[in-house]
Amino acid sequence: MTRYALRRLGQSAVTLVLVSIVVFLGVRAMPGDTARALAGEETNPKALEAIRHQYGLDQNIAVQYGRYVEQAVTGDLGTSARTGLPVVDAIFEALPVTLELALLSLLLAVVVGIGAGVVAAVRRGRPAEWFANTLALLGLSVPNFWLGIVLILGFAIAVPVFAASGFVPFGTDPLENLRRMVLPVVVLGSGLAAIVMRQTRAAMLESLSADYVRTARAKGLAPHQVVGGHALRNSLVTVVTVLGLQLGHLISGAVVTEQIFVLPGFGKLMIDAVFTRDYAMVQGVVLFTAAGYILVNLAVDLLYSVIDPRIRLGGAP
Amino acid sequence: MNGTTPAASDAASTASTPSTAAAASTAAAGGAVAGEPVLRVRDLSVTFHAEEGEVHAVDRIGFDVESGEVLAVVGESGCGKSVASLAVMGLLPGTARVSGSVLLRGRELAGAEEKSLRRVRGSELSMIFQEPMTSLNPVLSVGRQIGEVLRRHQGLDRREAKERAVELLDSVGIPAPRRRIHEYPHQLSGGMRQRVMIAIAVACDPAVLIADEPTTALDVTVQAGILDLLTSLRERLGTAIVLITHDLGVVAHTADRVLVMYAGRAVEHARADELFARPRHPYTRGLLDAVPRPGTRAAAPAGERARLREIPGIVPGLSRQPDECTFAPRCSRADEECTAERPALTRSAGTDGDDADPGHTVACFHPLGATAAPGEEAAP
Amino acid sequence: MSTQSPQRPESTGSTESTGNAGSPQGPAGAPAAGTDAYAGGAAGAVRAGAAPARPAGLLRQLRRNRLAFSGAVIAAVFVLVALAAPLIAPYDPARADFGSALAPPGLDHWLGTDDLGRDQLSRVIHGARASMQVGVLAVALAFAAGVPLGLLAGYYGRFADSLVSRLTDTLLAFPFLVLAVGLAAVLGPSLLNATIAIGVSLVPQVIRVTRAETLRLKHLDYIGATIAGGGGDGTVLARHILPNAASALLVQATVGVPTAIIGEALLSFLGLGVQPPEPSLGVMLSSAQPYIAAAPWMAVFPGLAIVAATLAFNLFGDGLRDVLDPRGVTR
Repeated sequence: MTRYALRRLGQSAVTLVLVSIVVFLGVRAMPGDTARALAGEETNPKALEAIRHQYGLDQNIAVQYGRYVEQAVTGDLGTSARTGLPVVDAIFEALPVTLELALLSLLLAVVVGIGAGVVAAVRRGRPAEWFANTLALLGLSVPNFWLGIVLILGFAIAVPVFAASGFVPFGTDPLENLRRMVLPVVVLGSGLAAIVMRQTRAAMLESLSADYVRTARAKGLAPHQVVGGHALRNSLVTVVTVLGLQLGHLISGAVVTEQIFVLPGFGKLMIDAVFTRDYAMVQGVVLFTAAGYILVNLAVDLLYSVIDPRIRLGGAP
Repeated sequence: MNGTTPAASDAASTASTPSTAAAASTAAAGGAVAGEPVLRVRDLSVTFHAEEGEVHAVDRIGFDVESGEVLAVVGESGCGKSVASLAVMGLLPGTARVSGSVLLRGRELAGAEEKSLRRVRGSELSMIFQEPMTSLNPVLSVGRQIGEVLRRHQGLDRREAKERAVELLDSVGIPAPRRRIHEYPHQLSGGMRQRVMIAIAVACDPAVLIADEPTTALDVTVQAGILDLLTSLRERLGTAIVLITHDLGVVAHTADRVLVMYAGRAVEHARADELFARPRHPYTRGLLDAVPRPGTRAAAPAGERARLREIPGIVPGLSRQPDECTFAPRCSRADEECTAERPALTRSAGTDGDDADPGHTVACFHPLGATAAPGEEAAP
Repeated sequence: MSTQSPQRPESTGSTESTGNAGSPQGPAGAPAAGTDAYAGGAAGAVRAGAAPARPAGLLRQLRRNRLAFSGAVIAAVFVLVALAAPLIAPYDPARADFGSALAPPGLDHWLGTDDLGRDQLSRVIHGARASMQVGVLAVALAFAAGVPLGLLAGYYGRFADSLVSRLTDTLLAFPFLVLAVGLAAVLGPSLLNATIAIGVSLVPQVIRVTRAETLRLKHLDYIGATIAGGGGDGTVLARHILPNAASALLVQATVGVPTAIIGEALLSFLGLGVQPPEPSLGVMLSSAQPYIAAAPWMAVFPGLAIVAATLAFNLFGDGLRDVLDPRGVTR
């Protein structure tokens, strides 16, 4: 376990360094004067000079990178050119919105996806499987931003049950918060649910025909013990892996969903920053997202080593 | 140990049973060791629907097993022996049609409710499989997989099940059982895994244990250990064992009686020593001749010294159920009678020696040792 | 990731039985360390050398799967429409006609008009062209980068493999949209940059499939024999590994296209891809948003076009996978 964890930790650290280099070079690679870009609307030569000094642009690139990393590690991701406030503050303000959206969507995807996947595998060849497969295919083929528009048309305009836009903090009004989150969560969760469902179904079909399931039946176990205790337990390894791989989709999806439903989250922060040419903000948000992605992925890997003893104990493939 | 004869009722089920033969085998049964068989299988047939039509994987086979006895079911791969064992367990998929009777301690299992079958499986009737590498669940600890069956059938709680699992591992010859129950299948060798499978199978003291090719996937050096374990378990627990195998070496090592299957049918049945000494069915003889045995080389006719004999031809497809001996196309002794009618499993009419098995039955119109002199039979 | 253990060896049949068990050798309880020897051998040979796809047989097999076949037909129609867009579009997609702005679907404008009175059908047709352009270019880009890296990682292993792995991890750490946003920020929003972002985001999957196929093929006996026989690396890769990996890669390409189509629509929707007034399905959806209540057709038809195209390519890809990749490498 520890050896595996350490190796994964090392890999993640290497990736993190590479990511920081890419992000660092990304802004430096911009055509034109970096200081001018970082300054945003500011064109005062004195201010530019200050920025040049603040970001160390007058120094050698390796030194610049060192400074950049040092600042990032101490929580300084620069200052927003638009608001003049620290980028970190803006990130932490937007984070709860995105986290709520992402976690609720993940929950939806896991519950619906695994449930439908198991049903489709166990009821193979019956209408239930056909129904689940069709839903999954639609979930994969309907782009979530269009689904968002259609849902707004249906459930916020034609039949105004849910709100189409805006965010109310959970602490302020929990019910209103959830009412406004329903549509975004459905939009973001449905595509992921489709992917989880397909993987669960495929993995379940494989495990249900495995020898150890025959053994479980030969032991006289009840169907729910065979399906839940043996087949699903094995399939989870695959499903958790897939969930890890889909994290990127979740983040991308969150950006769009926030844009459609006007949620003041991470994605909106990022898109707005691009259009206002707030480069410090873009750089900060991209770095933060990538780092977060790496860390969550690490957590997922460690999680499935808990599920699968072959990984945990480093045994045969 | 020669037990009752499955021949009697088996033969009765087929159309043309010479009444004398039936009477003879019944008499033989009467004279044998008393006691009801724990498992009595009659007229067991399994049919699958396939695109090309019906496939008769098992065609009216029958056998009895008594407590503490090892019955070997022998035949080539695809002869239906594994399907038959799964049919006895009630583990075949819904696409299989099973008919006949499976009596476990006098209770009918064929056609029984799935729910009551589940109570029997793993407790009174259990099974181990050919492939220990994949038959254990890779993500559950060995202890959990043994404990599961105890908790299910004996209502033990987690801790009792764990204690019992340790005892069971110890009893199947796994060293340091207290440590091993926390391990996972991939940490064990193939032989160890098969021992764990056996521990699971005997956890609830089953009346009958079906072992489907239990040693085929194992190293030769490990095979003997597993077989010895099975033999010692039947002596200690009185479990009846149905040993499914294609390996006559395994049979010689372990079995009390042997049922030979060919293309879904039972073709010969006898005490193991009798079968090896005096095979009556040409197919059985072919099987024995195909096995390399030390010392037999000299006895072989000149010109065939270095060569093992194989049975010519191939196993017929099972999609039709001809009214003939299914072995006839490959048999040198076949004549019109063999292709006109299906031979019934009847009392062997051989030239009885002193130690002949009175329960020896064979499904052949021209059994070896009856009309031909020994030595001339078998393949050309 | 598969939880499967190696394939069970086929039962050898009684005619080959060894008879050894009759004379036991070695102690009964000896742990069988040797039995794990199965693990390596059988696994590689499962799908020995995956016959390269023959077009005729492939078509026949696809036709049997009706869903996949209809997917292929719709996808083909989509491609044709994209190619022939200027010929079949009834109107100039950019011509505004304020007199007939926000007209509902009717005889003059089958799919209605948008807020500037532009014909929706013509814009959808031209939008399909942009979608296909990005779909094909992005997949081509992903293959150009991913296949060599995957071959490198799978064939040489060790250092090359871990180098490529870190590279893949780094790419994966930038979710597709974050990458697109970053590129748009640095290079400015444009269709080309959107294509690059989409292509780069497809690279890890292409690497993964190529690497897996290369690893599998490398261990096949006949390729091992070529290697042992002194065949150069280039020969082995070009003559043996690539042709045999083609099936899996073809499937991967097919499922990459709908991803790219959705990606283009998404980026254009956000303003990071095709720039107005150029027609694109995503741009159309974006401009439909303010009129969602007044002119729902503005949002419905471009969306349906995207769904139809991705559904078609997904169905086709699934069917192709069933035929070409029974082991599910590309899943």
